[in-house]
Amino acid sequence: MRRFAGPVLLAAGLLVAVWLPNGVYTGLAVDLLCWALFAVSVDLLLGYAGLLSFGHAAYWGSSAYATGLLAVHLGLPFPLAVLGGALTAALIAVPVGYLAVKRVGIYFAMVTLAFAQMIYFIANEWRSVTGGENGMQSVPRTLGSVDLSDNYYFYYAALPIVLGGLGLTWRIVHSPFGRVLVAIRDNPARARALGYPVHRYKLAAFVLSAFVAGLGGGLFALAHQFVSLDTLHWTTSGKAVIMVVLGGIGTLWGALFGSSFVVVLEDSLSQADFASPGLITGGVFVLAVLLFRRGLWGTVAAFLRRRF
Amino acid sequence: MTNFLEQTFNGLVSGSFLALLALGLAVIFGLLRVVNFAHGAIYMLGAFGAYVLADELGLPFWAALLAVPVGLAALGMVLERAFIHRLTKLDPLYNFLLTFGLTLILQDLVKARYGVQSSPYAMPSALSGSVDLGLFEFPAYRVFVLGTSIAICVGVWALLTRTRVGMVVRAATERPELTRAFGINVGRWITPVFGFGVALAGLAGVLAAPMRAVNPLMGADLIIVVFAVVVIGGLGSIFGSVAVGFVIGVAQVWAEAYAPESWRALIAQTLPFVLMAVVLLWRPAGLFGREEIA
Repeated sequence: MRRFAGPVLLAAGLLVAVWLPNGVYTGLAVDLLCWALFAVSVDLLLGYAGLLSFGHAAYWGSSAYATGLLAVHLGLPFPLAVLGGALTAALIAVPVGYLAVKRVGIYFAMVTLAFAQMIYFIANEWRSVTGGENGMQSVPRTLGSVDLSDNYYFYYAALPIVLGGLGLTWRIVHSPFGRVLVAIRDNPARARALGYPVHRYKLAAFVLSAFVAGLGGGLFALAHQFVSLDTLHWTTSGKAVIMVVLGGIGTLWGALFGSSFVVVLEDSLSQADFASPGLITGGVFVLAVLLFRRGLWGTVAAFLRRRF
Repeated sequence: MTNFLEQTFNGLVSGSFLALLALGLAVIFGLLRVVNFAHGAIYMLGAFGAYVLADELGLPFWAALLAVPVGLAALGMVLERAFIHRLTKLDPLYNFLLTFGLTLILQDLVKARYGVQSSPYAMPSALSGSVDLGLFEFPAYRVFVLGTSIAICVGVWALLTRTRVGMVVRAATERPELTRAFGINVGRWITPVFGFGVALAGLAGVLAAPMRAVNPLMGADLIIVVFAVVVIGGLGSIFGSVAVGFVIGVAQVWAEAYAPESWRALIAQTLPFVLMAVVLLWRPAGLFGREEIA
């Protein structure tokens, strides 16, 4: 039974991904894709390396800006613009990660958060490049002669990048490298004693995670054809962590479910003109942390494991 | 020279808020091992508390200065009993996340009631003039803020080092198991200490009300700077938190005043984080922190 669970899930997930823009409105479908990558990138760190990055908006947002700049000024086809954005995010993650991995636990969270805020201030002040509080307007999405102005077609054009990012993350956590990360999470002293350079592994995980977050952020910029300062704000980092906790820490499927839940929730709140979304998302978050720490997917998976 | 001293004084005043917030955070962290993300939101509630007392009940600043911290301490103790207490056995990360969720809720509650624009709060009339401090005249209210902040930091330090309660708290902070073995009920102190730390943040908020814009997001960006302060000072260290709070306040105001014109805002805002990067390179546990308290 269990032998088939993985492939069946994967097939079901792919079917849902292919069908999605026919079921929900296309803007929401594209958003679901972008946030899925963001949540998965946070879970890669939190779930497998045990590192709570509370500043991942820095990579999501800096990739959004870099992708936007590449698209506006160089007119690159959109997959290249996204790749450039994600590489920029990974590059920024190198020095930040190098400093952050010197601390663990709650300190790590505060350090990543603080550096993310620094990047937020830089984007805010560097108006000539980022547009400051007005954001970056009318970002084009081009792919040769293919018309991507409709979100329906953009969804299918973006889907391979998203699946590539998800596949990359899956590959990372199931590789020997991923096993070492789990070993470091569970017992850093023993991992060090076994000869693994703990800091270097954490830094590598941090940079890879920033790259995946950057893929999502770049697509997000193109999806909205607009980049705002919000993409770099710490509440955006918090939102990604909410998604992971709600879905279930350390389960990549959980990150997908958690991000879908939060995106759909926020979308329906804004459709209903509800003025205080933080009240609901904050409340959901408090409840998840207090009562539901395994998250949606973690609870289901534990239940299935007991039954079969 | 005159100008330099004036800027330095303004920096100390601005550092007063950082020091009070960092002090509350350090006191809470000391006993509970909880980093209270909601500290910035509590600071905001302190300022709004003063505004609401004045606007709706006509109470003066002095009443708010006493009533708001006491009320927020009560709120803090309720939050500790209702939520934070349930997570003490778990990874401290969960408490960080919980208080983040509370921050979103508190911010949006205030936003829903009072909107996002700033609410005006009048300077207390007794402090509206200026004080001659020998060389220069300084706004009386700012002198009051600085004096209050220093008095409270010294008071907390005396409380922790000179009284029996303080000794118990310090002992429990450093060696909780050993303190328990001496027959001291460590758990009994947790809720009041949380309330006390929250009251300090609330007090900083009341002090900020006449000086700074009172709005629902006033604590949001400040709390991140306070996090940088405690990383630089060393989260376990009361002295480090306070001293670095003042230093960052002064450094930011100097940058505002003396950095090249077009770079001022950027340098002032990013300075705490650049300093944090330097300290992490050189002393990862913070300037006054000890390695074992991670």
